[in-house]
Amino acid sequence: MTLEQQFIAFKTIVVKEILRFARIWVQTIVPAVITTSLYFLIFGNLIGSQLGDINGYSYIDYIVPGIILMSVITNAYGNVVSSFYGHKFQHHVEEMLVSPMPNSVLLAGFVVGGVARALVVGSVVTLVATFYTNIHFEHIFITLAVVILTAILFSLAGFVNAVYANSFDDISIIPTFVLTPLTYLGGVFFSIEMLSTFWQNIALFNPILYMVNAMRYGMLGVSDIDITMAFIIIGVFLACLYGFCLYLLHNGIGLRQ
Amino acid sequence: MPNALSIQHLTKTYKNNVQALKDISLDIVKGDFFALLGPNGAGKSTAIGIICSLVNKTAGSIKVYGYDLDKEKDKAKSYIGLVPQEFNFNVFEPVFEIVVNQAGYYGIPRKKAAQRAELLLKQLGLWEKRRDMARELSGGMKRRLMIARALVHEPQLLILDEPTAGVDIEIRRSMWVFLEEINRQGTTIILTTHYLEEAEALCRNIAIINNGEIIENTKMKTLLARLHSETFILDLKENINKVPAVAGYKIALLDSSTLSVEVNKDQTVNEVFDELSRLNLHVTSMRNKSSRLEELFVCLTGNQIKDDAQG
Ligand SMILES: Nc1ncnc2c1ncn2[C@@H]1O[C@H](COP(=O)(O)OP(=O)(O)O)[C@@H](O)[C@H]1O
Ligand SMILES: [Mg+2]
Repeated sequence: MTLEQQFIAFKTIVVKEILRFARIWVQTIVPAVITTSLYFLIFGNLIGSQLGDINGYSYIDYIVPGIILMSVITNAYGNVVSSFYGHKFQHHVEEMLVSPMPNSVLLAGFVVGGVARALVVGSVVTLVATFYTNIHFEHIFITLAVVILTAILFSLAGFVNAVYANSFDDISIIPTFVLTPLTYLGGVFFSIEMLSTFWQNIALFNPILYMVNAMRYGMLGVSDIDITMAFIIIGVFLACLYGFCLYLLHNGIGLRQ
Repeated sequence: MPNALSIQHLTKTYKNNVQALKDISLDIVKGDFFALLGPNGAGKSTAIGIICSLVNKTAGSIKVYGYDLDKEKDKAKSYIGLVPQEFNFNVFEPVFEIVVNQAGYYGIPRKKAAQRAELLLKQLGLWEKRRDMARELSGGMKRRLMIARALVHEPQLLILDEPTAGVDIEIRRSMWVFLEEINRQGTTIILTTHYLEEAEALCRNIAIINNGEIIENTKMKTLLARLHSETFILDLKENINKVPAVAGYKIALLDSSTLSVEVNKDQTVNEVFDELSRLNLHVTSMRNKSSRLEELFVCLTGNQIKDDAQG
């Protein structure tokens, strides 16, 4: 296929993906708004007001970056895993598999769909946060870079999940048993300095910790860990997942008998 | 000049160790209307799945219009349009979108895709339904939707896997007319079916596949000419209780007024009629016992082919 043809194929998937989550916005966008509002209200306002500052920030300001990033992670992952699994389940992924479009284009289409939803929900959650506190971006480009790279990373992860999934249960197991715990333990609600050295070392194995801290650095200018290190870790995970997704597609794992 | 499709030593063993294809080779010339005939489980859909990149092959090679499916995948794929056996569109997507998006995956600009989709949907009688979700269509309409979708990138080779299963007679006939027309315009067509009249009516060449092996691959005419005998059913005006004997013919009494008569290639039906007239028996109507192809199939495989299509 020529580059122009590849771009048309890519655009076809992206537009379809965006229309899909926009059409079912009550399932795709509203839940994030409700949960994050509750976080802001309960942890930020009610409980947070009883707590002292962390790193010189009020508790609600401290947790806002992590909560935004949490919605980015959940929505990027959730969009790709449910959409691509749906394509597999109803077999209309075959429409793409018979076509000459390269695997990288197929993957990019779904990933950009996931990123689009993550950006929409992330923006809405940021807007909601402005009702509870003053939002401020210390390093706007770092913030944007973290959001976009994280969204790509978890879109790819959602894709892997969908490839291996054989039932609708399989697409909720990883989010429930892996993603949510990692996110909660990734320092959204606390600074790892609050942990004992032992648990601090364990926490450092959690990739989400690096993203949450990079995000917090972008918005507040503080981080538990070195920001360069955070980007390196995100980059390594991205490259590995991308390569793995292409490997899965090339061999037709979960797609071709 | 390369063939439309050339399959060399194709084998497929599924993970559960079912050997669905055991070294099949097949050449299909450009412009052909080709039937791949075989009973359920013979390996037809597996072969088509491999040709269309939906199933991984175990060994062998495939060329589409001269392009190797391993080495020049893009080129090879762009020549093929597939109408699969099972419905495989998004049932929540509107008809028009399904066809236009499929064109998009082939890199066809949306405006051009929309024009082609309109033309195809009109030809296939689906234009009125273009805004309906696919799940609202009847079985025959879904089938035609998949035909429109398969043709939107103007493939040279159209492959249909049991396209008329579960489609009523009238729609089936109009689909035949449509397929004959696009074949006349130059599209090579491969059709699998176990509706035997269909293969006989449409196809010029035929391969018979059984148990993952091609047991026959020839011209339809040659194949039909090889029929040793044909069995006719005769309805009589009179009721009888004894089989009338006609020397050299196998005759059986199906019920008191119905006979089955086997006529060999070197015999004629006249002799039977002469003899029946002499016995003062009158034939009110006469028909073939089964499709001629079906008799052939039984000859070749010793199996009854199951024809679940109605009509
Ligand atoms: N996905 C699969 N996994 C394992 N065995 C399969 C699969 N698909 C088909 N088979 C087996 O392969 C053989 C050929 O099937 P198929 O190609 O569907 O035949 P046909 O289309 O001629 O009815 C059958 O024995 C079938 O049970
Ligand atoms: Mg089949």
